[in-house]
Amino acid sequence: MAEINRVAFMQGNEALAHGAIAAGCRFYGGYPITPSTEVAEIMAYELPKFGGKFIQMEDEIAGMAAVIGASIAGAKTITATSGPGFSLKQENLGLAYEAEIPVVVVDVMRGGPSTGLPTKVAQQDVMQARWGSHGDHGTIAYVPSSVQECYDLAIEAFNMSEKFRQPVLIMSDEVVGHMREKVTLYKPENLIERAKPSVPPDKFVPYLADTKTQVPEMAAFGDGYRWHVTGLTHNDWGFPTNNPKEIEKKMLRLMSKVNECRDEIVKFETFHMEDAEIVVVAYGSVGRSALRAVRDARKVGIKAGFFRPITIWPFPDKELESMIKQGVSILVPEVNCGQMVNEVERAVHGKAKVTLQSLVNGELFKPSEIFARIKEGC
Amino acid sequence: MEGRYEIRIAGSGGQGVIVATELIGMAAALYEKDLFVVQSQAYGPEARGGKSKAEVVLSKEAIDYPKVIAPRLQVILTQPAADEFAPDTMPGGRIVYDDFFVTSIPGFSEEGGVEHSENVIDAHTYVLPIVRTARDKIGREIVTNMVALGAAGRVLELDKVMSPDSLRKAIVNHFTDKKIADLNIQAFNEGYALFKESVWL
Repeated sequence: MAEINRVAFMQGNEALAHGAIAAGCRFYGGYPITPSTEVAEIMAYELPKFGGKFIQMEDEIAGMAAVIGASIAGAKTITATSGPGFSLKQENLGLAYEAEIPVVVVDVMRGGPSTGLPTKVAQQDVMQARWGSHGDHGTIAYVPSSVQECYDLAIEAFNMSEKFRQPVLIMSDEVVGHMREKVTLYKPENLIERAKPSVPPDKFVPYLADTKTQVPEMAAFGDGYRWHVTGLTHNDWGFPTNNPKEIEKKMLRLMSKVNECRDEIVKFETFHMEDAEIVVVAYGSVGRSALRAVRDARKVGIKAGFFRPITIWPFPDKELESMIKQGVSILVPEVNCGQMVNEVERAVHGKAKVTLQSLVNGELFKPSEIFARIKEGC
Repeated sequence: MEGRYEIRIAGSGGQGVIVATELIGMAAALYEKDLFVVQSQAYGPEARGGKSKAEVVLSKEAIDYPKVIAPRLQVILTQPAADEFAPDTMPGGRIVYDDFFVTSIPGFSEEGGVEHSENVIDAHTYVLPIVRTARDKIGREIVTNMVALGAAGRVLELDKVMSPDSLRKAIVNHFTDKKIADLNIQAFNEGYALFKESVWL
């Protein structure tokens, strides 16, 4: 077995792949696409050393199907893509939500729409992460802003995916995915594994959820448990239903299994929020530019603060609101035309003036650009 | 070393500028003590021939913004890269140009380019035969990036940022085939020596 514990200098994408393997991922299915390809490369190279399998499928749709199938067979699975592939994966992503299949899906964001800008950074898929696949479902999406965080959040994503039996998204971006930093690789403790059947096969009711966790036990195909997998709304037996009570029970459980654990999922980072009069809310690579701008502002006596959502879904709304004083100005720099800014507005309930700073020229914000807006009062 | 020490190596896709900066980063992360480092790059969708730049930020403190703001050291291997990137050099910084592909030095003055005026770049400027050394002396143009790295390594040594031995270790670590590692070390040493012989030093 290859050595896990070490200090390395690598790209965010590479660290993400190593994090997945450390979390117990043993299957990758996908189709290479810039700027996510290094995830596939590392998985192809490393998985066989750990007894895992890598398969390059004919397209992104098939890649998503493959990871769902492998997960049903009992493996922890991951696929990585960028915007165009993320669009193609949405249909099967919906299947994974409905059939409650744990998978981790990585979108290393580049400029869009369509083929857009393969090698340039963007954050244009953050709303697609929430609503890209049709139908209501609880979404868990992490946004890393450093190479170390790519490693850490890959592990976290698998844990949450196994715990809640559903897809978990990692919304990385071109800058974070391709930059290299020092990273500490470690063997994670207390990995979460999906709940396996606690009853013999003849007593197994596949979608009968635990009343506390609201998550059903999951048998692997081939283990001798009968289990029907469908994208149709189904009852506890896994068979399609038109019974209003059964439909409602399933739908509400899909939402509440995540919503009721929201507090343990939500992650964020802050800097100098205690006396902040101007707050910059930024995520992913933009968080790095914003933190620098806030530091520079503090140096010249401006009371600036920094709030970085690490989960964008669920959004740390009540945490942000609790730190915002009446009359504060909030600046939301995003490398898109304004997406999470709406979530920030929703979160603060009119207590603060929220301003978007949009950049869509394929570049990352320079700290000076954000600093200038802080100085102007947003 | 005070604050951020920023380096950019720029040229054309295929010249290996990304690998060169990756090795600086690796040297800093694995073979130097107490250095934070971020390496990044920007390039187009084409495999070869597009403009390509790669950057390293070094600091004794944790690094927030991962890209360069005003590089203290730039190594520039093509004319389009020179025209675009030379102007944002940190005042008093250093620019190393390749003498084969960069034929018109941006903002160059006879006094060494340190005068202040709109068209003059306030930087120590060095014009070195990087590509020619790789092509003619070593016989492999593919090692252009290692000659460039050698020149950069000499500057980093003079600026007390890192030891050239850390860079040599990174080269050996990166190129696992010994023959290839030796060739790249040879190119690095030639680049390092070029700088020593520079008339401006």
